Amino acid sequence: MSFPWARQYTPSNGLTRFLDEKLPLPRLVYNAVGAGYPVPRNLSYFWNFGVLAGFCLVLQIVTGVVLAMHYAANGTVAFDSVEHIMRDVNWGWMLRYAHANGASFFFIVIYIHIFRGFFYASYKPPREMIWLIGVVIFLLMMATAFMGYVLPWGQMSFWGAKVITGLFGAIPVVGEGLQVWLLGGYAPDNAALNRFFSLHYLLPFVIAGCVILHIWALHIPGSSNPTGVEVKQESDTLPFHPYYTAKDGFGLGVFLLAYFLFVFFMPNALGHPDNYIPANPLSTPALIVPEWYFYPFYAILRAFTFDFILPAKLWGVLAMFAAILVWFFLPWLDRGPVRSGHYRPLFRKFFWFGLIPCMAALFYLGGAHAEEPYIMLSQIATAYYFLHFLVILPIVSSIERPDPLPYSITEAVLGSDKKAVLGENAEPVAV
Amino acid sequence: MATTTATPDEHAVVTDGVATEGVRRRDFIEIAAVSAAGIGGLVMVYPLISQMAPSADVLAESTTELDVGALEVGQSIKAIFRKQPVFVRRLTAPEIEQANATDVGELRDPQTLAERTLADHPDLLVVMGVCTHLGCVPLGAVEGENKGDYGGYFCPCHGSHYDTAARIRKGPAPLNLQVPDYSVNGTTLVIGEA
Repeated sequence: MSFPWARQYTPSNGLTRFLDEKLPLPRLVYNAVGAGYPVPRNLSYFWNFGVLAGFCLVLQIVTGVVLAMHYAANGTVAFDSVEHIMRDVNWGWMLRYAHANGASFFFIVIYIHIFRGFFYASYKPPREMIWLIGVVIFLLMMATAFMGYVLPWGQMSFWGAKVITGLFGAIPVVGEGLQVWLLGGYAPDNAALNRFFSLHYLLPFVIAGCVILHIWALHIPGSSNPTGVEVKQESDTLPFHPYYTAKDGFGLGVFLLAYFLFVFFMPNALGHPDNYIPANPLSTPALIVPEWYFYPFYAILRAFTFDFILPAKLWGVLAMFAAILVWFFLPWLDRGPVRSGHYRPLFRKFFWFGLIPCMAALFYLGGAHAEEPYIMLSQIATAYYFLHFLVILPIVSSIERPDPLPYSITEAVLGSDKKAVLGENAEPVAV
Repeated sequence: MATTTATPDEHAVVTDGVATEGVRRRDFIEIAAVSAAGIGGLVMVYPLISQMAPSADVLAESTTELDVGALEVGQSIKAIFRKQPVFVRRLTAPEIEQANATDVGELRDPQTLAERTLADHPDLLVVMGVCTHLGCVPLGAVEGENKGDYGGYFCPCHGSHYDTAARIRKGPAPLNLQVPDYSVNGTTLVIGEA
């Protein structure tokens, strides 16, 4: 949907008139990210991260396609071909570091994007579908990142592949057969490496397709905003271009500074040194952990150390997947009528002093050694994580008395709806 | 972008020190920002294109050394130089005579045999085994192969005939078989370095 006051696209010359008639791509762009998309005027920098995530996806696809021109997915030469990229290929070192750090920054961006969704309850009606597609994109990203990490065929690649496919071995009855089928063997080898490469190349394009659905779904109700109050009138909005292209452009510049700081000055800071040791099926590294962005879920996996009706291993796997799948139910678990955390005092307390410390702890614990006191702390954090989503959130959102909301976005910004500086289509109003 | 277009300064309307028409300070910021982003983007394109050029390990294979001490008159060797065939032949006296008897002015790519060999080794002919038409490997380097109508090389793909000095005489190829840079050090032939 577009608001009735949205600017209309008018082709200005012969070429654009021709295109508008035959294939109205310029119109699509104008209405999606141009002046034809009215956006709430009060978006904060937290609303930059969707565009940044899109940028990261393009960055990963471009650098990835280029790296695939030099990489060989074969157990005997994969590690050497990565070193060949680092040493021989023109600019290969930069392209590989850009891709590896690009994955980390993609996850930083996406975690902040999800955090924004949690705090401002962006998942609430009418935006449930945007949220659901977003969770699907996150799952696809996790699969893509995991398979990409296997490709250099170093020690962490190999043992990561073994451990993650081992998760499926926990499933009763069919588990072991499933694991062998996934790997195409009894341990990771050529068959696994080849299919991981194939899927690692495919999934980003599936993600790109889901991103189109995500944006399509977004444009039906339009963007949310920090007050959570829906757009009521033209003075509540600004055209996406030039206002938010400029704001997103500035955010992109800040993002690129941080990103290239890593690419050029500490390219291996977010990786594991063990992955520069070629894969050795006979020796496991002392500390086997996934990439940092999987730490919270890895901590949940390792928190289950005791059998309770089901084997501990299965509990860990179920809990790890449930930790993400629970996000699918958020639109219905959060029962409050108000969206934004700014107007929900109780929700806000549990968010900042419950969920955030819990996530921070899981992030830390996922990278720690599997020993006490880390295991016990993981168990407490895991318990709280599920308690938050399944018990605290539904109860808090039911009993909470929200703060009064502003009448409109304009009132929230200007203090009074009456002083509204109306949009360009409106008649001047005497105040 | 701003809807305001640049006009001379004297038309600028200034209210409270801020130009509302004509060239504004904001125009400068917009042009500077978009230019910086554009140049930055173009700079990033360079590595993406450069990565497809030969890598360091390919460039490291840029010379080939051959021992030509045992190469007898009338014999040829086929070697590999930069992943492509190269023909090395010790020409016989009749072949040299035949090459020198040709009227250079009639050739499609006029060159004398002397211009295609080293002064110290006028009987050693080193040419790339790559037809100048579309890159097939001509026949004639191996005993018993078709040497074409002029006793040198014959390309079976589209019928180019090269003479004893490997110059194009008949067929679609535009140029003589290319003579790579090479030098002879004792009995060692170094292809790839003049």
